[in-house]
Amino acid sequence: MLDSTVTIAGETQSRVALADVSVELLRQLWAQYGPLMFHQSGGCCDGSSPMCYPQGDFITSDRDVRLGTFEIGTPGAPQPIDFWMSAEQFEYWSHTHLTVDVVKGRGSGFSVEAPEGVRFLIRSRLMDSARPFD
Amino acid sequence: MTVYAAPGTPDAKVTFKPRYEHWIGGEWVAPVKGQYFEDISPVNGKPFAEVARGTADDIEAALDAAHKAAPAWGKTSTTERAAVLMRIADVIEANLELLAVAETWDNGKPIREPLNADLPLAADHFRYFASAIRAQEGSFAEMDGDMTAYHYHEPLGVVGQIIPWNFPILMAVWKLAPALAAGNAIVLKPAEQTPVSILVLIELIGDILPPGVVNIVNGFGVEAGKPLASSPRIRKIAFTGETTTGRLILQYASANIIPSTVELGGKSPNLFFADVADRQDAFYDKAQEGFTLFAFNQGEVCTCPSRALIQKPIYDQFLGDAIERTKRAVQGNPLDTDTQVGAQASNDQLEKILSYIDIGTKEGAKLLLGGERNDLGGDLTDGYYVTPTIFEGHNKMRLFQEEIFGPVVAVTSFDDYDDGISIANDTLYGLGAGVWSRNGNVAYRAGRDIQAGRVWVNNYHAYPAGAAFGGYKSSGIGRENNRLALDHYQQTKNLLVSYSENKLGFF
Repeated sequence: MLDSTVTIAGETQSRVALADVSVELLRQLWAQYGPLMFHQSGGCCDGSSPMCYPQGDFITSDRDVRLGTFEIGTPGAPQPIDFWMSAEQFEYWSHTHLTVDVVKGRGSGFSVEAPEGVRFLIRSRLMDSARPFD
Repeated sequence: MTVYAAPGTPDAKVTFKPRYEHWIGGEWVAPVKGQYFEDISPVNGKPFAEVARGTADDIEAALDAAHKAAPAWGKTSTTERAAVLMRIADVIEANLELLAVAETWDNGKPIREPLNADLPLAADHFRYFASAIRAQEGSFAEMDGDMTAYHYHEPLGVVGQIIPWNFPILMAVWKLAPALAAGNAIVLKPAEQTPVSILVLIELIGDILPPGVVNIVNGFGVEAGKPLASSPRIRKIAFTGETTTGRLILQYASANIIPSTVELGGKSPNLFFADVADRQDAFYDKAQEGFTLFAFNQGEVCTCPSRALIQKPIYDQFLGDAIERTKRAVQGNPLDTDTQVGAQASNDQLEKILSYIDIGTKEGAKLLLGGERNDLGGDLTDGYYVTPTIFEGHNKMRLFQEEIFGPVVAVTSFDDYDDGISIANDTLYGLGAGVWSRNGNVAYRAGRDIQAGRVWVNNYHAYPAGAAFGGYKSSGIGRENNRLALDHYQQTKNLLVSYSENKLGFF
């Protein structure tokens, strides 16, 4: 398990993590596509899935939140991967911690892992800071 | 009841080819890179055909064919194009069972759905747009006594379309019919989860269309979808899918300054007002079915009524009855006409649904029914079956906010009208909604106050051609299923004509 750095101002706990199998897959995809990024999707069909793109392929804006950065490289050769989500979606997701896992599967929008016959999948748990719903 | 023979066995209505190539320029064309991927049936989790794995080279070949065909096709009379669309509809009807078995095997849906909904709707959709294009007229306006502005509809030219996997044939037809009626040539990419049934259809209708008017390239999003969506050689890109890919497609469209219509899903509220339970009659029964429709097509519908909001005075009774109703839903072999709930379309979809059931429990939602994978045993043991699942919880939970695309409904209660509308609108999305009330005034107001493109009032999940379908808010841009869709595939040409001999007098 690899925890992301904390990137949201004022926060102290990591919000996203990579399962070991995801780290391995991302290193392989990095070799193929170069620097990478995640943007968490919502909505139809392949929604609710973390989409992995070549860094910069997807243009983020002020209306996106960077939940964390993964470092899958080494001190001499850093390989940082940002994990993004739209701000409006984050309002509904912020009470949950996300772990990017890999499952067998087919297709996920334009995400780069799909041709490998696998796809990234989010597993969730409550953040320690989560408050009960009332 | 009828149990259709599984493809690959004697008496099967459809015989799949072992391998499918791209459909380009009116013929089968092998992928440039020579690669194929397996199409897996969710019915039994086993591969049944190989499908061409398209890349940018194949997209270019398809665009070449489309550009070659587009000028002549765009000049055909609306009479000719309407006749083509009508013939396609006839072929779909004449091959109903064959196409239904193919669709069920590719997607996992219970066969009563393609037999009675997907395919009849697809045929009717072609007929609707055949009629709409015949009835469409340009316009003119007199600017003054000597000048008239004439407005003509012209096709865009070559357009790209990316199709989802939940209704592989019907969703393709929703996009194909208006684009063809308007006179465009098309490059279409089906979903990689369900690439074959649309190829079975094109095999049947291919000779009705001039070569190159419809081209189908299969493959993965990053390898085939991206070169299509980002190509400077298309004049429009249409997409149905999720928000992140939708944004990416809009970004590609902005780079080429072309229009894009995107349908991006929802988290549709289904509101049951207290008067629904005033009597135990046919209407109450209809409303109960309206609740249970969350399990229709295994919940793999952009407008799945996945949030049931029940007014407090009838909450316990209505929900109790709905649980009993849902328990009676028959899950089984999708090829059996008695089956009501089939298989999820893919393994990753199954995994995602289970992950949502997990987080729902962690968020404190109460599991009232289902909540697990269903092993149907025998040949179906490796298929992707999830039992219809009912959760009770709070609208701020992710269970209530994210489209699960599975047979999972999240239920909560509301106090009064304002509370109900407030909860209904507390979502990023605005595609569909349901309103149930015996009071026409309440039903009307709720229908108008809910921010969604389609509000079913005292019914749900009807999709007749003619009723406009599309999203508010993050659910997308554009309308399908109505003649409005023609606008998304047409340019406006204005001829501004002077009938005066006199000069302006400026120079």
